[in-house]
Amino acid sequence: MKDQFVVPARLKTTSFVLLGIGLLTLLIGLFAFQGEHGSTRFWAGILQNSSFFLMVVLASTFFIGVTTLAHGGWQIAFRRVPEAISMTVPVLGAIMLVVLGFLIFGNKGHIYHWLHPHGDRILEFKSPFLNAGFVSIASVITIGLWSLLTVKLRKMSLAEDKMQLDAEGRKSLIWKGTVWCAGFIVVYALSMGSTTPWLWLMSIDAHWFSTMYSWYTFASTWVSGLSLIALFVIYLKSKGYLPMVNDEHLHDLGKFMFAFSIFWTYLWFSQYMLIWYANMPEETVYFQPRVWGVFRPVFFLNLVINFIAPLLILMKRSSKRNYTLVAFMAGLIIFGHWLDFFQMVMPGTVKHLNFPWFELGIGLGFVGLIIYLTANQLAKAPLTPKNHPYLKESIIHHT
Amino acid sequence: MAVKKFVVGSFDDEAVLFPAVKKVRAAGYKIHDVYTPFPVHGLDHALGLRETSLHTAGFIYGITGTTTALSFMSWVFTTDWPMNIGGKPHFPLPAFIPITFELTVLFSAVGMVMTFMYLCQMAPFVKKHIFHPRQTDDLFVMAIELTEKTPAADVKAFLDSVGAKEINEQTVEAGWWIGRFDKEDKLFSRPAAPVNA
Repeated sequence: MKDQFVVPARLKTTSFVLLGIGLLTLLIGLFAFQGEHGSTRFWAGILQNSSFFLMVVLASTFFIGVTTLAHGGWQIAFRRVPEAISMTVPVLGAIMLVVLGFLIFGNKGHIYHWLHPHGDRILEFKSPFLNAGFVSIASVITIGLWSLLTVKLRKMSLAEDKMQLDAEGRKSLIWKGTVWCAGFIVVYALSMGSTTPWLWLMSIDAHWFSTMYSWYTFASTWVSGLSLIALFVIYLKSKGYLPMVNDEHLHDLGKFMFAFSIFWTYLWFSQYMLIWYANMPEETVYFQPRVWGVFRPVFFLNLVINFIAPLLILMKRSSKRNYTLVAFMAGLIIFGHWLDFFQMVMPGTVKHLNFPWFELGIGLGFVGLIIYLTANQLAKAPLTPKNHPYLKESIIHHT
Repeated sequence: MAVKKFVVGSFDDEAVLFPAVKKVRAAGYKIHDVYTPFPVHGLDHALGLRETSLHTAGFIYGITGTTTALSFMSWVFTTDWPMNIGGKPHFPLPAFIPITFELTVLFSAVGMVMTFMYLCQMAPFVKKHIFHPRQTDDLFVMAIELTEKTPAADVKAFLDSVGAKEINEQTVEAGWWIGRFDKEDKLFSRPAAPVNA
């Protein structure tokens, strides 16, 4: 049984090449984007990618949190995969903090208009909440808590491997995991479920607000995070690891991807329809450039990739049990939600639709970073948590 | 109304039931059905049942609902009775989506229930024979249909060898009928004394 992952040379090369593309794009961007508009595009692209990929890897911690709280045993066979992905949260969180530092204190680009509220009554009214001090402190606390709790959950899981447990010990292990995961879910709900997307992304269009926005962002990153887990599981499976994982586990991951694509569409439509129906200028201003402006093609492509494709392709039982198709759909969904973040950030900052070579390049850099860090984390511990009380439930899992 | 002969074996453990199903099928006996108190995962595979096409039917009912809702509403609001509602266009697609969604769900749900009832030959007032009163409680009940080539004694002995707790022979109506249980009770014989009791 291959239980100890060894990072293949090819995966390492791939991750370095992707990372290289990212750094190269960053360098080219530094020289290519001059002046006011150039700097706005540069920082908008970086903000889009760093927030998107941070929230996507954070979805892995959320996955561990919800499955532990729900006493779900089916995912134990590949539990180490979301754990390894989640360990990139501190690194991507640090990058996000640096980016926010540049945006807020370096005053780079014209991303956050609320930094200069003078003479604007709406922004002055919002300034107790939207100001440099509050946003940066809230971001530091949020990212700090995310990182601490992620590392704690990972450490607890690794500590299990060295334990010799009787029935009582196993019960207390489950209880301890439940308590810590409950703590994380509360933090996640208060940050990712409400304030964080307001501060980082919704405040780009500072005059506008939507109560659906955080849920919408959460749904977007959660379904991408599930797709990322599926991609790593399929990769490890194709290399002969994870012997306990079979069609049944893949089927459940596929169901999650399918269901949360629908959930994302539900939120997408709810946000759109309420604003369309009420037809109030201060609300429709958000959809004006997206639906009727230059971003129209992106807006509808977003819906096709993230709703129609998963709905029709992942609906059948046989396609959720097909490794190639699930891997393809996972890649497509991650790209689709990357595009979703693109159309959330760009209309309020850059205002023109450019071919996103810079954004794509930076995105590839982040992908390379995630692959490199996750592979290293996977190699650090056995792939099966052999002492977990629910392991047998996962092995005999049947859908 | 086909009256058939069955040998009925009861099991009290899933772990015994699964190998028993495999052995009975391998020996060539004809399993009429296996009744369980709760859904047993993988039993359909063990019994060699083909995958149901109920979900395909559900999909077809669903798109029927979608088309019905969309075409009816667009006909009403563009052709039959155009109205100005808050200055919205006469074909306000976003406003149609919730109703379209509801009708899709309604059509597929009701359609699938009806199809399920039809496939299982269930309906109000329709009765089917109950092989063992404890098949909804704590026993897994396997009914084997007898043919000319499988005499009852053989089947009983075989079921005993694969671990059935309680075995008896019943002559009953295999399909369904309309009426009451107590009146049709005479159709099937009283369970004989268990073989291995």
